[in-house]
Amino acid sequence: MNIGKDLVAASATPLILSILSEGESYGYAIIKRVAELSGGELQWTDGMLYPVLHRLERNGFVKAVWGQSESGRQRKYYRLTDSGAEELASQRRQWHVVDSTLRRTLFRSLHLTPQGG
Amino acid sequence: MSQKTDKSKEAARIPLEEGIAEWRSYVRRRQAIHRVDADELEDHLRTQATMLVEAGLAEDEAFLIAVKRIGALDELSREFGREHSERLWKRLVVGPDDGGDGAGKGTGTLKEALVAVALAVAAAAAIKIPELFGAGMQVNQELPAFYVRNLSLFELPLLAVFFAWKRSLAPAGRLWLAVPFVAAAVAINLMPFAPRAHTEVLAAMHLFIALWLAVGYAYATGRWRDHDQRMNYVRFSGEWFIYYALIALGGGVLMGLTGFVFSAIGLKPEPLLVTWILPCGAVGAVIIAAWLVEAKQSVIENMAPVLTLIFTPLFALLLLAFLGTMAWTGSGIGVGREVLIGFDLLLVVVAGLVLYAISARDPQKAPGPFDALQLLLIVCALLVDAIALWAIAARISEFGFSPNKLAALGENLILLVNLGWSAVLYARFLTRRAAFAMLERWQTAYLPVYAVWGCVVVVVFPPLFGFK
Repeated sequence: MNIGKDLVAASATPLILSILSEGESYGYAIIKRVAELSGGELQWTDGMLYPVLHRLERNGFVKAVWGQSESGRQRKYYRLTDSGAEELASQRRQWHVVDSTLRRTLFRSLHLTPQGG
Repeated sequence: MSQKTDKSKEAARIPLEEGIAEWRSYVRRRQAIHRVDADELEDHLRTQATMLVEAGLAEDEAFLIAVKRIGALDELSREFGREHSERLWKRLVVGPDDGGDGAGKGTGTLKEALVAVALAVAAAAAIKIPELFGAGMQVNQELPAFYVRNLSLFELPLLAVFFAWKRSLAPAGRLWLAVPFVAAAVAINLMPFAPRAHTEVLAAMHLFIALWLAVGYAYATGRWRDHDQRMNYVRFSGEWFIYYALIALGGGVLMGLTGFVFSAIGLKPEPLLVTWILPCGAVGAVIIAAWLVEAKQSVIENMAPVLTLIFTPLFALLLLAFLGTMAWTGSGIGVGREVLIGFDLLLVVVAGLVLYAISARDPQKAPGPFDALQLLLIVCALLVDAIALWAIAARISEFGFSPNKLAALGENLILLVNLGWSAVLYARFLTRRAAFAMLERWQTAYLPVYAVWGCVVVVVFPPLFGFK
């Protein structure tokens, strides 16, 4: 299934934040985790993750530190901040509204809902 | 990592390293992607390639796939540019739609230069046309009131036109843009000012501030609410100021030499210099400086941070020395009007330095000694401001309100609020309790306050003080 560009972009922030809420991580691992969680359905162009991470950093939702990878290379790690956790909670509420609205209206009438409502 | 494949990897390492080096050099050519970002992307590329090699691919195949997955550089640098607009802003304004590849730059620049020169000539003409109707300038005489009143209306509308043309502002936007200028022209020329009225000079000065921010509407293509657009306009304003000062300096030298060589052969060039070259040059340079900022961005780009780096410590030192001397000698601020205006100017410079330092700073850098210095500068400025306010209050309670004193007081309060909250935000940033973006946002959110205050002085002050 091909997920639309806008939806991918919109879901990037909550996805990254919630992955980081599992613990500190870095770009490549985040993309791996997204692929894993979505069963490979959600595909990002790898490089596009970084501008999003930088935006989150600028807004103070995540904090970045340079560290070392297992092989000793420089690597930038990202960690969720307190305000990032708040943002995640607010995003969760927003997505919940979208999700439950979609379930109640459109998808039910089209008989497309996978869980049957 | 896995030891057993090390030997075979070593053999194929060279093509991979070469590939990565070449890829990196392509990445580094993108203005929007800085070295640290390239480091981060390279780490990603290497990790991806290593994983693919471990899954059984050859190094060159792994490299190709990893590069493909990281994405096309054009798109990538556009995304980076969108996020880090401070890196790209000059690019975005040079060619709004060329997506940062600069393809259409060559032809655009010549056309733009022609438009800029034409508008500068138009501004020069605008300031001389009133002479046809009897409002001429004379050597050794005060500037006629008509010129004082309309000082910002000769050049700023044309500057707005320049940006409206350059950004291809939509017709509705152009109408909106015209509103403040028309309103200003009508308001200031209909007011029955007394001869040599203080409120007239004040109104003219503040009209410039208000209309300068109106030009920002055209600069931001109507998206004046947008925080990044506002920051870009602040950067533009700072660099415009540098260019304008440089042009003024050159113009001064030129005029001085012209006067000298012609008086050497017994001619008196002053009337020509003072009534033609000076006013025409002054208004024309407004447009030319703006065009230069847009077109020759990279020349100045490195100068702004250097200038703030030099002058922030110097001004902090000046203020510290001043406060120290006052405490030591116990002398208060004299209460002459010029003194108060001088202190206002000092605070304007400090606020400008802070604003400029904020706009030139990479918002993602961790707090450093320079930020502490900024805080010191602000705190010193606040102390000086408190003293100046006290002096103004004393003067007002003694002699009552006058337009100049009230204006000085208003400006002081506005700067006090700005610098006070900036200091709080700086302190929170230094103790890592707030992101730097908060400071940026505070400054850009504050911009309309200046415009509103400018309008108040233009519209409310003259009737309040009986147009005197």
